[in-house]
Amino acid sequence: MIGVRGVSVRLGGALVVDGVDLVVDEGEWVTVIGPNGAGKSTLLRAIGGLVAYTGEIDLGGRPVGTLSRRERARTVATVAQTPVVPPGMRVIDYVLLGRTPYIAPLGRESASDLAAVDEVLAALDLVTFADRRLETLSGGERQRAFLARALAQGARILLLDEPTAALDIGHQQEVLDLVDRLRGERSLTVLSTMHDLSIAGEYADRMLMLARGRVVVAGTPREVLTEAVLSEHYRARVRVLEGEHGPIVLPVRKKV
Amino acid sequence: MTPAPRPAGLRLGWLIGGLVAVAVALVAGVAFGPVTLPPGSVAAELLNLIPGVRLDSGLSDREIAIITELRLPRVVLGLLVGAMLAMAGAAYQGVFRNPLADPHLLGVAAGAGLGVTAVIASRTTDGGDATADLPIGVPPAAFLGALIAVALTWTLGAAGGRERTPATLILAGVAVSAFLAAAQTYLMQQHVETLRQVYSWLLGRLATAGWHDVLLILPYAVITGLIVLSRRRELDVLTVGDEEAASLGLHPQRSRYLLLVAASLGTAAAVSVSGLIGFVGIIVPHTLRLLSGASYRSLLPLSILFGAAFLALTDVVARTVAGEAEVPIGVVTAFFGAPFFILVLRASRTVAP
Repeated sequence: MIGVRGVSVRLGGALVVDGVDLVVDEGEWVTVIGPNGAGKSTLLRAIGGLVAYTGEIDLGGRPVGTLSRRERARTVATVAQTPVVPPGMRVIDYVLLGRTPYIAPLGRESASDLAAVDEVLAALDLVTFADRRLETLSGGERQRAFLARALAQGARILLLDEPTAALDIGHQQEVLDLVDRLRGERSLTVLSTMHDLSIAGEYADRMLMLARGRVVVAGTPREVLTEAVLSEHYRARVRVLEGEHGPIVLPVRKKV
Repeated sequence: MTPAPRPAGLRLGWLIGGLVAVAVALVAGVAFGPVTLPPGSVAAELLNLIPGVRLDSGLSDREIAIITELRLPRVVLGLLVGAMLAMAGAAYQGVFRNPLADPHLLGVAAGAGLGVTAVIASRTTDGGDATADLPIGVPPAAFLGALIAVALTWTLGAAGGRERTPATLILAGVAVSAFLAAAQTYLMQQHVETLRQVYSWLLGRLATAGWHDVLLILPYAVITGLIVLSRRRELDVLTVGDEEAASLGLHPQRSRYLLLVAASLGTAAAVSVSGLIGFVGIIVPHTLRLLSGASYRSLLPLSILFGAAFLALTDVVARTVAGEAEVPIGVVTAFFGAPFFILVLRASRTVAP
């Protein structure tokens, strides 16, 4: 469960997130959308405890300020928009980094940490890649490795910043299907940001649109993805069609 | 079915290899010199230093005295200095996430050198005896100089903002080095009477070392080694950058500062007794990265072992290659290190850590 009340973030003097309220229930998938620079990533970073904010944030019912760094890392796992790929690091070592909050500062990993890594590698179909260097993986495989590290943290809350930005349409669906499956199997609460509106609407239970740091619309995909809302906040010319699971957003060219 | 891969760590084979390398360097370092002693006898005599061991090496008392009073302290000092420089290089590379980082290229060694010069120059009364023992205040002064230098380099290197590349930090290090070297030259000019002692130290020396120098830096080496080795896992976490490291529950700045201070202390200890011996912190860790993997969990302990062996063997080369005359060891490491650095520079343009 994520509870956000009146959260604002200032970066270098600019108000990037402005009084956001948001509740993500346990097991729910909520996606934050909005034009470039709307404050989506910054909101996620605030919830992950990676940037200073004002307001209140609860994770799993506890105020985030009362959690130690390690407790926080066991409660919430973040996949950054473009995670760093350390040169020469193998997939198994990368996924093992996810166990950092369980390993004593001067200690080494235990059998249970290794078991957790093995379990995650199997769940994400990465066993055959365990010995490969991360930089040799394709985009889709890499995204699975990023997810695997986050899952190895054993956190019930998953924050995904543009998890599909670098992927083709097939791999986008593959990764999002995977997240959806894991959400069910591990009762994860997922908060993501996304740019592709149609695909975002297909997977999210609810959506939140940010513009200039403020929440402008929140609700089901059907309520958020309307021609009026999109043309106002994205300044885009779109048609919204009724799809099988949710609305489909089609960009259209300006009539000459 | 292939066995499941194990996570990175110090493999037994590599650990044994490192220990063997140190043993070989130790025996070779003691055996070779103006009077060459048979390595087998030297090994027996070294084992005799272990309490309870009594082997007959067949060496005369005079030869045994050469071993324990002249050659052994020099070789042990070489091992310690090599271990500190290689370990500091690997740690700096991790802390800065920069493959080009090295105690000398960051200006840390120059800072330590300025500290040492200040202490030696301030002792004007003894007439600048080049073989005088180093004052006990040398390592702390070197440490202070090293910390100031690394702080300057870091601050200047960060001035590039988002445009920062691995080379930016090194350029800052070069500027800091030049500045500190100028300050050092000025200091030497003001205290000409100690010039000879400073020079003999400056060029990189293990030559005048006796047990005094070993004992002078041993405590610093032990403390530094323990700090850095105990934090080697954190250096692996830091490879994903500060923000992701923080999301994994680490306090990245705190880890960074601690490791930076420890690596600078190790550098200062090495520079205090041996002067300016460059490139060890580049050559050893990068060779090990290629051979044994990039994880700092194996890289740091192996850098200590192979760095030690590397410098002790380099010293053998330095004092035998030119016959009677001894080549300064810093000249030998630079001769191999500079071309090696170019290779690392080329590789780092494609893969930055």
